[in-house]
Amino acid sequence: MADEILCVRDVTKHFPLTRGVVFQHEIGQVKAVDGVSFELRKGETLGLVGESGCGKSTLARLLMGVERPTSGSVHFEDRDVSSLSKAELRRLRRRMQLVMQDPYTSLNPRMTVGDIVGEPFAIHGDPEGGRRTRVRELLEIVGLEPDHVNRYPHQFSGGQRQRIGIARALALRPDVIICDEPVSALDVSVQAQVMNLLADLQREFGLSYVFIAHDLAVVRHISDRVAVMYLGKIVEIGDEEQIYDHPTHPYTQALLAAVPVPDPTKRTGQIVLEGDVPSPTDPPSGCRFRTRCWKAEEICAAEEPALKVRTGRSAHPSACHFAAESGRS
Amino acid sequence: MSPLLEVEDLHVEFRSRGSAVNAVNGLSYTLHEGETLAILGESGSGKSVSAQAVMGILDTPPAYVTKGSVRYRGTELLGLPERRRRAYRGANIAMIFQDALSALNPVHRVGDQIAEMLIVHRKMSRRDARARAVELMDRVRIPSAASRINDFPHQFSGGMRQRVMIAMALALEPDVLIADEPTTALDVTVQAQIMKLLSDLQDEMAMGLILITHDLGVVADVADRIALMYAGRVVEEADVEDLYARPAHPYAEGLLASVPRIDVRGRELTPIKGAPPNLAAIPSGCPFHPRCPRARDRCSREVPGLRLLRAGEGSPDRSGARSGALSPESHRSACHYAEEVSGGR
Repeated sequence: MADEILCVRDVTKHFPLTRGVVFQHEIGQVKAVDGVSFELRKGETLGLVGESGCGKSTLARLLMGVERPTSGSVHFEDRDVSSLSKAELRRLRRRMQLVMQDPYTSLNPRMTVGDIVGEPFAIHGDPEGGRRTRVRELLEIVGLEPDHVNRYPHQFSGGQRQRIGIARALALRPDVIICDEPVSALDVSVQAQVMNLLADLQREFGLSYVFIAHDLAVVRHISDRVAVMYLGKIVEIGDEEQIYDHPTHPYTQALLAAVPVPDPTKRTGQIVLEGDVPSPTDPPSGCRFRTRCWKAEEICAAEEPALKVRTGRSAHPSACHFAAESGRS
Repeated sequence: MSPLLEVEDLHVEFRSRGSAVNAVNGLSYTLHEGETLAILGESGSGKSVSAQAVMGILDTPPAYVTKGSVRYRGTELLGLPERRRRAYRGANIAMIFQDALSALNPVHRVGDQIAEMLIVHRKMSRRDARARAVELMDRVRIPSAASRINDFPHQFSGGMRQRVMIAMALALEPDVLIADEPTTALDVTVQAQIMKLLSDLQDEMAMGLILITHDLGVVADVADRIALMYAGRVVEEADVEDLYARPAHPYAEGLLASVPRIDVRGRELTPIKGAPPNLAAIPSGCPFHPRCPRARDRCSREVPGLRLLRAGEGSPDRSGARSGALSPESHRSACHYAEEVSGGR
């Protein structure tokens, strides 16, 4: 389809586990991302949610071309990101940028804000009208005082630093921004400012976002479509409304039920999922969620459920043999 | 009968090379038996520091309690000699922390760490203490506790580690448990497990629970009362349902308008402008006034006290903030225009 800007096909990333210092040998693999496919359309926000260790950040690195996939492909428009040379990858970065989680470690403390935001121009060449003017413009776009170009990161609060990171990502007028937990380190009152900023920028510049977060409420708020990950796989993907109001995968249902709602008249606590996420070095056979699933039967251990549209009212892909909306909602 | 725990006008200051940072500036709250009090605040609001002051585990220097009172069942704890204070710590008031991995000793087996509490405080034999440790691990629902007693903290998952820490805190059957961001480092499904465990244990043991958190969702889920902190003070204190339905401080109102909600589609977020204040230079008057949409001249001049808006049912007492015997349903706010804020809805 023409309006797909990013296309991920069956991508996997396995990290080897080795033992020994001199005679290293492989004793296993961490299957961080294990067969993930999705596409990002122009101008939309795709939310990626999942608990820690589900592979969301590895996926972000694969999208950016920082990691090469073990198998599968990531296409940006019609070019395969994983087969690009370094120079080509650098050119691609003009179009695709990353905003990171930690506004404290992702900015160089020895560089002024002007240098940080202007650094992309040092690599990719100065913009029309000069670097200084553009940097001031960028600071203004993200809601910072343009006269603060000579300040250092430590002189800003967490929310302002995240704005600096966003200004840097915007510098080269990218089409796609991968946001890896961009608001997780921020306080609630500041988090809302940054989320509104991201939404405004998207409208203004027609950006497409891949928005990675563990906070389900944040993802619902910002996303058009949502993919839920568990142990390196997408278990359910669909429109924001399909996922949040009509989830069919038991993991999505449990995850949503576990989120406390800021409203004391609606207390949670229907499904409390037992146990922890299994290790990605030795994931369960068949469906990976079956060890914690209340619907699990023999087929779940024997056969891995494909991510496909299942019969039912909600027509979105779900990777469960017994996909069904629960009666609760 | 005196309440379980009373904190009054607590001040904590961090001193360094001639300058002072005022982390806690006149904090007061009361915890009743069996009650869950949530202390809600953003980073730098003084919520953790005040809990450490109550526990008596502040690092001095640099932190000093400069003023105030902490009473456990009527007994003043501040100013007690360390030896007597220690008798209360763990036995009467216990605390669990956010980061279980750094709160547990990595080179000791978890069973020994739990048993240590019993050996030191209860003078139990090592064998009895370890047997009791297994019971405690069972109680916090650690599967096959007996076989895991000799494991080290790194062999447990994040949620299980948090359970170990809860087992340690409960070893001496305290009346007050202070939980400082107990689930912040955990995934939502594990968070739900731990919060359920805490509330079950609270019922079983009839403890008062102080839950320190920044998460408005967690508070709404488990707390009875809530004390909202800003710049080292309580700015609003009320029954949870009352505060969420009728916030009486612009900060509470602003917070509720800035949280995205999982149960509502397409909600507009209205953030609070600006950032939390620098504690070395807290704004004059009401500390929230530079960020407040309702601020007027008076707000930058006069510090608003925490005053009573609505007394609990059947109590016509309107004596104001200093009244010690407040009913648990009372609603207090530190805003000059509190009636206007809560009247607007």
